[in-house]
Amino acid sequence: MAKKLKKVDVVTVGVGWTGGIIAAELTKQGVQVVGLERGKARSTEDFQHVHDEYRYAIRYELMQDLSRETITFRNHRDERALPMRQLGSFLLGEGLGGAGVHWNGQTWRFLPYDFEIKTKTEEKYGPNKLGSDYTLQDWGITYEELDPYFYKFEQMAGISGEDNPKGAPRNNPYPTPPMKETPITKLFKDAAKNKNLHPVHIPSGNLSERYENPDGQTINQCQYCGFCERFGCEYGAKTSPNVTVIPTAKKTGNFELRTHANVTEILYDGSKATGVKYVDLQTGEEFIQPADVVVLTSYVMNNARLLLQAGIGKPYDPETRTGVIGKNYCYQILPGATGFFEDKKFNTYMGAGALGAAVDDYNGDNFDHSKLDFIHGGVLAISQTGQRPINNNVVPNDTPNWGKEFKAQSIKYYHRNLAIGAQGASIPHRNNYLSLDPDYKDVFGFPLLRMTYDFTEQDRKLHDYLSGKCADIMKEMGADIVEPREIKDHYSIVPYQTTHNTGGVIMGADPETSAVNNYLQMWDADNLFVVGASAFAHNGGYNPTGTVGALAYRAAEGIMKYRENKGQLVKAKAASKRA
Amino acid sequence: MADENTKSTMSRRRFIKNSSYVAGGAIGGGFLGTILGRNVFTDNQQQASPEKNNNANDYNRALMYFTRQKDFDILSAATERIFPEDENGPGAIKLGVPYFIDHQLAGAYGHNDREYMQRPFYPGSDFQGYQTRLKRHEVFMVGIQAIENESQKGFDSSFLDLEDKQKDEILQKFQDGKVDLKGVTPTTFFELLRSATLEGAYSDPLYGGNGNMEGWLMKEYPGNYMSYINDIGKDKFIKKEPKPLRAHFAS
Repeated sequence: MAKKLKKVDVVTVGVGWTGGIIAAELTKQGVQVVGLERGKARSTEDFQHVHDEYRYAIRYELMQDLSRETITFRNHRDERALPMRQLGSFLLGEGLGGAGVHWNGQTWRFLPYDFEIKTKTEEKYGPNKLGSDYTLQDWGITYEELDPYFYKFEQMAGISGEDNPKGAPRNNPYPTPPMKETPITKLFKDAAKNKNLHPVHIPSGNLSERYENPDGQTINQCQYCGFCERFGCEYGAKTSPNVTVIPTAKKTGNFELRTHANVTEILYDGSKATGVKYVDLQTGEEFIQPADVVVLTSYVMNNARLLLQAGIGKPYDPETRTGVIGKNYCYQILPGATGFFEDKKFNTYMGAGALGAAVDDYNGDNFDHSKLDFIHGGVLAISQTGQRPINNNVVPNDTPNWGKEFKAQSIKYYHRNLAIGAQGASIPHRNNYLSLDPDYKDVFGFPLLRMTYDFTEQDRKLHDYLSGKCADIMKEMGADIVEPREIKDHYSIVPYQTTHNTGGVIMGADPETSAVNNYLQMWDADNLFVVGASAFAHNGGYNPTGTVGALAYRAAEGIMKYRENKGQLVKAKAASKRA
Repeated sequence: MADENTKSTMSRRRFIKNSSYVAGGAIGGGFLGTILGRNVFTDNQQQASPEKNNNANDYNRALMYFTRQKDFDILSAATERIFPEDENGPGAIKLGVPYFIDHQLAGAYGHNDREYMQRPFYPGSDFQGYQTRLKRHEVFMVGIQAIENESQKGFDSSFLDLEDKQKDEILQKFQDGKVDLKGVTPTTFFELLRSATLEGAYSDPLYGGNGNMEGWLMKEYPGNYMSYINDIGKDKFIKKEPKPLRAHFAS
């Protein structure tokens, strides 16, 4: 029998970037917030022995324990979904700070085009550019409306960057200057300029200098140690919830953090969420935590899963194309080109997660698609994240992947290869979605989330196009061998690709086609907010965290408004008017 | 082989001697003393083969998982084909990779502790990943025994007695999925063997592989440095003597 606890103002399910931002913003204004985090507490002092590629990057020390819960996966609806038994394609976060601990820190703003993608695409290219299987839609908010929230996130996080002529327009400079120029970023920039492109330093959450944020939290200067993605920062120099919003929330005295608290259910009375049920993983005790406002802050997967399990919002059905929960699951494609240099060695073992240079000339609608049979694009970047030896054995295509030749070539090219990678936008397709698995259960007996996903024709065309552009720049950089990447026959859950999963609880202007309004408030439950990349109506051509952060600040403001006025914060637009 | 060893030790001795890093005295004496005094100069010459490298003080080089010496020897021989000794430096055996794998199979890795191992099990497509009910330590046992069976079948001889080319032929059959295995696909086993070999060659020496950090030396990877802020902008390639995590404990 679950023990019922005293009601609180707000409860968050997960304490990473989004849970931390909600907690900090609300507690600063006197609201009582309980943060439920199923992992353990951790911060900078836990990362003093973190320079261990095997433990952290290969065995995934900081990631989700799949023995308790995973997802199931299939490419197509007519296949049997099977459990993702090991981590691979993406690395789910777990523990205080979530994936905000082991991200790389590349902090972009999605483009104005992204937020009004359907309208703008139709205006320019007509109504049927991609065909009706692509469930493209506007986000119910414009870039101009989101601009101040982007800035709030960047100020809190101390982002290091510079003006980007092809990026989203800014009204304020970045809080800190860009990271250092290196021979690698310079080589890329020179080549890009020769091609009449507009290179900039990647906006970085590994800070170029020591910075105190408006909440009085200090983020230190990045040391370029080469252990960033998949690792926590031993200097507190990679901005993370653990060194910013979580201590800010704690400082108010209004935040209660409960770790090892695994939420299993949202409690729902048919119109409102009354609280959540969770299990203390250390004692096995069950608790009910009633709250005036429930906030799901679990990035994507568990936001969608908990809603499907609770029956809040209509589940998406790809057959009838009705329903919203689980709809528009998107990922990203990763076109690119590898360059091998016979006579030049680079210090690729040094680096930082967001150290690099990029061009946005082929992102969004920054280039004309009239004669192309795809939309959108992606950022093209060279990143110097620090190449560690287990995971980096890059060899030319015709080399075997074991044996004498492999060993010789992987050693020879270890410091003699560079890669330009694109983050190709992911356009939603009716057959790519999230639902509950009919067979497989988690450790508590609840159904796992089932992912149905494959690459689309749009993906293939965009991939080819962007790989070609990456190869052009790499040739200009002087590589002796240039190998453009090719897209696989099908999406595979096995090799690591990216942790930029999005969608499933998307935002929009119309309850028929979206799950949350532009404050990330559920259309079907006024006191339930669902915060994360789950709200993305499609995935853009960038890392998602900047946009996730902006939406979290927007949601925090929405929760304060809801506490004042109750009810829906946004008037729904009917689908018929927009069709 | 002896010549190779001497050569690689000498070149490293020269490296350390000439390194401005040491000359500048930037490192704690305890750690470097360990490297110079024991591991690098004393042990190295003795690591010709797994049988001979049981240095009396290398207590870590014993078996936690395998019960039969022959199974361990087959594993060793297979890893050496995946990562052979060559002009760049030592192969898997000298690096201690077989011990690394043995130790890993005895622990969380071998027992898939943090992975979803609930039933039901179905074969799955190539895109759905690991779907065997066997845990990794069982996959290795099934795979190693199958290597020996294939060898007996194809060459009427133990894998341990085959020529390198014959060993490669057998391993290639596993990679290509052309062997019948019970409970797991041959490609799943081969991919585990391949990746575990590289992990053993290049992980921090604390795990028992990457002996004397020779895996890192071959790749000119410096391991665990706390900061490159003063070097990151420099144009020339900078070679640094590698540092292990153990350096954190040296005074």
